[in-house]
Amino acid sequence: MEHKSGEGIVVFGATSAVAQALARLHAAAGDSLLLVGRNEQRLQDLVNDLGVRSGQDVQSLQADLAHIDGHPDLVNTINERMDNVSKYYFFHGILPDQQHCERSWAATFDVLNTNFLSIASLLTLIANRVSEESNRSLVIVSSVAGDRGRQSNYVYGTSKGALNTFLEGLRNRLHKHGCHVMTVKPGFIDTPMTAAFSKQNFMWATPEKVASDIYKAANKRKDQLYTPWFWRYIMFVIRHLPEPIFKRLDL
Amino acid sequence: MGKYRSWGYSPAQDQAAVRPGWRDFSLESIEGSLLPYGNGRSYGDSCLNSAGRVIDCRQLNRFIAFDREQGILRCEAGVSFEAILEVIVPAGWFLPVTPGTKFVTVGGAIANDIHGKNHHRDGTIGRHVRNFELLRSDGQKLLCSPESNPEFFSATIGGLGLTGCISWAEMQLIPISSSTVDVETSVFHGLDEFYELSAAAHEDYQYTIAWLDCVAEGDRFARGIFMKANHSAGGGIHPAKKSSLPLSVPINFPKWALNKYSVKAFNTCYFYSQKRHAGTNTRQQFDPFFYPLDGIENWNRIYGKDGFFQYQFIVPGSEKLVMDELLRQIVSSGLGSFLAVLKEFGAKKSPGMLSFPRPGICLALDLANRGTRTLRVLDELDQLVMKAGGIVYPAKDNRMSGGAFRAYYPQYEAFSRYIDPRFSSDFWKRVTNGT
Ligand SMILES: Cc1cc2nc3c(=O)[nH]c(=O)nc-3n(C[C@H](O)[C@H](O)[C@H](O)COP(=O)(O)OP(=O)(O)OC[C@H]3O[C@@H](n4cnc5c(N)ncnc54)[C@H](O)[C@@H]3O)c2cc1C
Ligand SMILES: NC(=O)c1ccc[n+]([C@@H]2O[C@H](COP(=O)([O-])OP(=O)(O)OC[C@H]3O[C@@H](n4cnc5c(N)ncnc54)[C@H](OP(=O)(O)O)[C@@H]3O)[C@@H](O)[C@H]2O)c1
Repeated sequence: MEHKSGEGIVVFGATSAVAQALARLHAAAGDSLLLVGRNEQRLQDLVNDLGVRSGQDVQSLQADLAHIDGHPDLVNTINERMDNVSKYYFFHGILPDQQHCERSWAATFDVLNTNFLSIASLLTLIANRVSEESNRSLVIVSSVAGDRGRQSNYVYGTSKGALNTFLEGLRNRLHKHGCHVMTVKPGFIDTPMTAAFSKQNFMWATPEKVASDIYKAANKRKDQLYTPWFWRYIMFVIRHLPEPIFKRLDL
Repeated sequence: MGKYRSWGYSPAQDQAAVRPGWRDFSLESIEGSLLPYGNGRSYGDSCLNSAGRVIDCRQLNRFIAFDREQGILRCEAGVSFEAILEVIVPAGWFLPVTPGTKFVTVGGAIANDIHGKNHHRDGTIGRHVRNFELLRSDGQKLLCSPESNPEFFSATIGGLGLTGCISWAEMQLIPISSSTVDVETSVFHGLDEFYELSAAAHEDYQYTIAWLDCVAEGDRFARGIFMKANHSAGGGIHPAKKSSLPLSVPINFPKWALNKYSVKAFNTCYFYSQKRHAGTNTRQQFDPFFYPLDGIENWNRIYGKDGFFQYQFIVPGSEKLVMDELLRQIVSSGLGSFLAVLKEFGAKKSPGMLSFPRPGICLALDLANRGTRTLRVLDELDQLVMKAGGIVYPAKDNRMSGGAFRAYYPQYEAFSRYIDPRFSSDFWKRVTNGT
């Protein structure tokens, strides 16, 4: 489907590096943006920036998305602020220290809550609305880490894997209503989330590259996107390694 | 850690770096010595800090406010001139001063107090900066303008990134009624003809610039092409061209590719191709006029992996004999290259304490790196520039001696008072410690 200028766009986790790059693409296309995030000052920085770039008003809403009890009010406010949303994007997420999670259920729960439960909760509220209006897109940023559990980050991987399964079901359910659900599986992206990693190899993508892939795939209404493209092949191999071998690997 | 380079060094160096994502960051928690890094379009070592860290400002790339009526733009320090043009040109505004590439950041432009083809009329960028915020390593945030913290305002403009990190800045743009420029081209033979053309154009043309053949000898000595231009009065506004970067130099050229013959051939071809336009008046989009090299990504790779030197100096207008001598030495060294740019600077004074631009004749040229031979030639040129009371541009420098720097910039001691105690650069170490 062609991108029509002037669409209503809602971005959860709008202060994420990838979300910022994506929002600029929508601003350049003349779309109306509503940004949701937890840091008021940073949201204001983005509102100003996108406003100058697009020459249009950009809206924001401050909310800690881990507070699931607040979701019904949040979604109501969004509905009041923007009556014609064509795409909802979900970018928020946290990458924990795996070893810390192994010692702390609280830390493990935080990851599952932010990366999976909060999105499942928002989608539950939003899906009932969009199923009444066709042509809507729900674009959710998961990760290649959700394709198979590995000792080095299986808590994060689980949160994304659970999300993938939820999205498969939701896509199946909403398809007949003409509503599009897209699972985005990025590989390594050079963002604040991965600030501590050494980034000297070719596998690292820029947030701009990933955002541009997401933007295009969402317009084409793809079900699933590996970005950059080569991750699709890497993950194909990883998913197909027999478990008796996989469990012995140091991954 | 990351790979950082300046424009003249071809290979990127490992350099420890921090990359603030938002302008509310603080320098207090970062260890070691610091230096802001813009987009590495400086040629030498003034944007590198190998013993410490660079503060990579490129994620501070947000606009803050744009007054479309008054033409006042406020943005973060890492916003590029390219991004600014995309926003302001469609609204009927233009950069008050721009260098020969749009891939510079606002912070980098202020720290070198950059000049453009309109220096004779409008002075440096510093004259058009209304105010900015300076982050100091002790956690202070100084709002700097001619009224507020005026000493830091003036030390930071042209201050080579040493006074602290600019987080945002506000500048006054100039109005345009068209995105094209009207360019008139003429040929000159010899510097005297250049001076005449330039003097005659200063009154009525906002932009003047000349390309000079730095290899031709004999009766072709100091031949060149002079261009004068104004923003067109009509012609409509077309959005800034997105840099699609159609051309790129994918590898470093081998050493032999750049030799006396290829350079001579290039210069001759260029001279004759431009000569065809002589006396004509052409209307062109602003992009190819202001940024002729930006269409070729990594053009610096034609100089091979040894990189190259750029030398840019100004000598006072009264020192025409020295200018002549300088050019003769450059030609006879055989090291001159394609890109030599000549311009007469004007008298508009910059607010910057350590700024390079001043009235006089300015020449910028690339010299292939032939090791000690190139360095010797450059030292000899420095002697002449110094004798004439001239000055060399730190943004392009990779080699000037400490003695030469201190002779060019005697105010450096007064400036030193405003340096942030935790800031330093490879350039600064070299010119303040070396002989
Ligand atoms: C093709 C080409 C043409 C050019 N033409 C011209 C010209 O016509 N006129 C001219 O004047 N120059 C010219 N230059 C030089 C260029 O404009 C300057 O070197 C400019 O400062 C580069 O900006 P940058 O953002 O890449 O900064 P960098 O080169 O990365 O850094 C330059 C300086 O700015 C400091 N700095 C960077 N960001 C900040 C910040 N946020 N706060 C404080 N300090 C900071 C750095 O510490 C460093 O000292 C040209 C360069 C090229 C490659
Ligand atoms: N970077 C990678 O290599 C990589 C790889 C695969 C997938 N991903 C996924 O890509 C998405 C975007 O991440 P990124 O790489 O762009 O990193 P990022 O810049 O760190 O973005 C993560 C964002 O999530 C927000 N967030 C976290 N918890 C939140 C909460 N409780 N409420 C509201 N917002 C919250 C953060 O907000 P604050 O700004 O307020 O902190 C931040 O903006 C994430 O889902 C991540 O899992 C990243």
